Amino acid sequence: MKPWVVIRPRDTISFRLDRRVPPILLILALLTFAAMLMNVGYGEYTIPPLDVLKTLGGIETDQGYSLVVNTLRLPRVLVALLVGMGLATSGAILQGLTRNPLADPGIIGVTAGASLAAVTLIVLFPAIALFTLPFAAFGGALVVTVLIYWLAWNQGSSPMRLILIGIGITSIATALTTVLVTFGEINNVSQALIWLTGSVYGRSWHHVWSLLPWLAVFLPLAFVLCRDLNALNLGDDVAQGLGSHVEQKRTLLLLISVALAAASVATAGSIGFVGLIAPHLARQLVGPTHEGLLPTAALTGGMIVVSADLLAKMLFAPIELPCGIVTAIIGAPYFLYLLYQNRNQ
Amino acid sequence: MPRKINWFGSRSRLLVGLVLGLLLLLVCSLASIALGAIEIPLQTIYAAFTHFNGSSEHLIVRTVRLPRTLVCLTVGAALAVAGAIMQGLTHNPLAAPEILGIDAGAALAVVMVVCFFNDTSLSVYAGAFMGAGIAALIVYLLGSLGRNGLTPLKLTVAGAALTEFLFSLTLGILVLNQRTLEEVRFWLAGSVAGRDFNLLLQVLPYIAVGLLLALILSKQLTTLALGEDVAKGLGQQTALVKVLAAVSIVLLSGSSVAVAGPIGFIGLVVPHVVRFLVGVDYRWILPYAALAGAILLLLADISARLIIQPQELPVGIMTALVGAPFFIYLARRRVHK
Repeated sequence: MKPWVVIRPRDTISFRLDRRVPPILLILALLTFAAMLMNVGYGEYTIPPLDVLKTLGGIETDQGYSLVVNTLRLPRVLVALLVGMGLATSGAILQGLTRNPLADPGIIGVTAGASLAAVTLIVLFPAIALFTLPFAAFGGALVVTVLIYWLAWNQGSSPMRLILIGIGITSIATALTTVLVTFGEINNVSQALIWLTGSVYGRSWHHVWSLLPWLAVFLPLAFVLCRDLNALNLGDDVAQGLGSHVEQKRTLLLLISVALAAASVATAGSIGFVGLIAPHLARQLVGPTHEGLLPTAALTGGMIVVSADLLAKMLFAPIELPCGIVTAIIGAPYFLYLLYQNRNQ
Repeated sequence: MPRKINWFGSRSRLLVGLVLGLLLLLVCSLASIALGAIEIPLQTIYAAFTHFNGSSEHLIVRTVRLPRTLVCLTVGAALAVAGAIMQGLTHNPLAAPEILGIDAGAALAVVMVVCFFNDTSLSVYAGAFMGAGIAALIVYLLGSLGRNGLTPLKLTVAGAALTEFLFSLTLGILVLNQRTLEEVRFWLAGSVAGRDFNLLLQVLPYIAVGLLLALILSKQLTTLALGEDVAKGLGQQTALVKVLAAVSIVLLSGSSVAVAGPIGFIGLVVPHVVRFLVGVDYRWILPYAALAGAILLLLADISARLIIQPQELPVGIMTALVGAPFFIYLARRRVHK
């Protein structure tokens, strides 16, 4: 049996997938859907999964779940899914670009830049509209990324220096964020604090609609550039030999990665380690070619955040933890394990 | 390794430098007592100690400014010395208590003690020592994995991940326990304002022991900084020296976190500046580092009070804003890989 499936809808476009990809995507989609159903059903006011399905399908049940499901819980779960997809794809691209298994939008400082920009906006201009937040976060993340790249450049870029400089820049951005939090108007500050901890608590349809366009644009764009990402992952020389415009494509992919991370952070705060773990799990499932890796990582990321949110709700009910704490508690040991695996490099 | 410039050269000059440093420290301490929301003239400060008359200015000097200044002095000195030992011990220019997760370990332990045992200051610093010790052990083990042994990079990255992990645990406890959040909120930002003076008095013996231990080990540390093989060849019991040095680090950074919360970058910046001034001999590096750390934290605290009057910044933010660029500079210069 051939290990590849070639998909060629038209003569000009074609791509090939690992044979494992379609069934795994299907299973992941089902699992994610199940996690979402459970997440919507769970809460102070428990709703059986079947009733959730009925309500979503527009069939009115006798209890009248519509308000709880459609207005309160569904947008929250959708935000969790979208944020997970964005962060995971961003991480997968970063890891491919830097050829560094430890790269993650949180660790190299992109998240801190996005947070700083968004908190500035929330605290200093509280009246500003919700949909501008992703743009501000994108701006902040972009500035920080350029800064890190520029500072890490010392007769060539080194993945390790990139991480170290990222740690330094993160400290500065976090300190500045704390300054804002300390001196802002108290109402705006408490809003910013809830947002900073990395939580999907109380997210509404407005949040879904301000996040969705970013994913709708940048996820397909990332998929189109998969082939270049594969080439770049082999090293700059090989990529050049294969006919890829190295610098141009790298810049474009980096922009996509920053945009996805920034839009996610702008919506749900910094939910750590998702962008690190999801691509690794996906690589275990479908192998390293990015045509299959990116969608698998995206679904895995969505599933992780949705399940982390469910766990965060269940663990100490009725108190809810921010789901960023759950992902960090699971993710940091995994990061250390990766460090252990790469110990000889 | 870049050539160390020895600005003073001889021993007597180094001594003179030390005396000058002490004078500078005295000036900074006086400034720290005098400056703030209310400026207090020097005569009044003097009178507050000799002819205490219970006026509000005298009260401020004796109950607010003086304890704060003393906390600054002690914590600054302890952090700088801990950083200097760590950098020598790990051959890592980026080593410092807050970067390797030791502060985060102590902070988590303190929050856990306050939350679960509901206890007095006694167990707070016992917890801080334990947290700092465990974190130090974990990060050291993780950093020395693999064929190349302890590399600056692995140590730093493991420290960053450990910090994020411990910080998340801390945040989780605080979210679950509102009462603890109220109690530790200001402490967690890393600040020297309104610190519990009794707590400082209680940890002072431990800081003293830590500093003394460091000074006793200073000669051995100088040898060890040349490399483990060299030290062994010269007949040093490297394992013993390392363990004692680690005890000193844990005592120093654990006590400072217990008193002032996690204050970053003093332990990173000061040893570099000091090595630039006095060379590679730890017998001089450590006392100079203690002086410079105290002076730097005092200056940071004074500026944190003056920059946006009448409010004040937590001093941890001031040190981070100065220290993080320095960290980046070091990462650019000193990490070749």
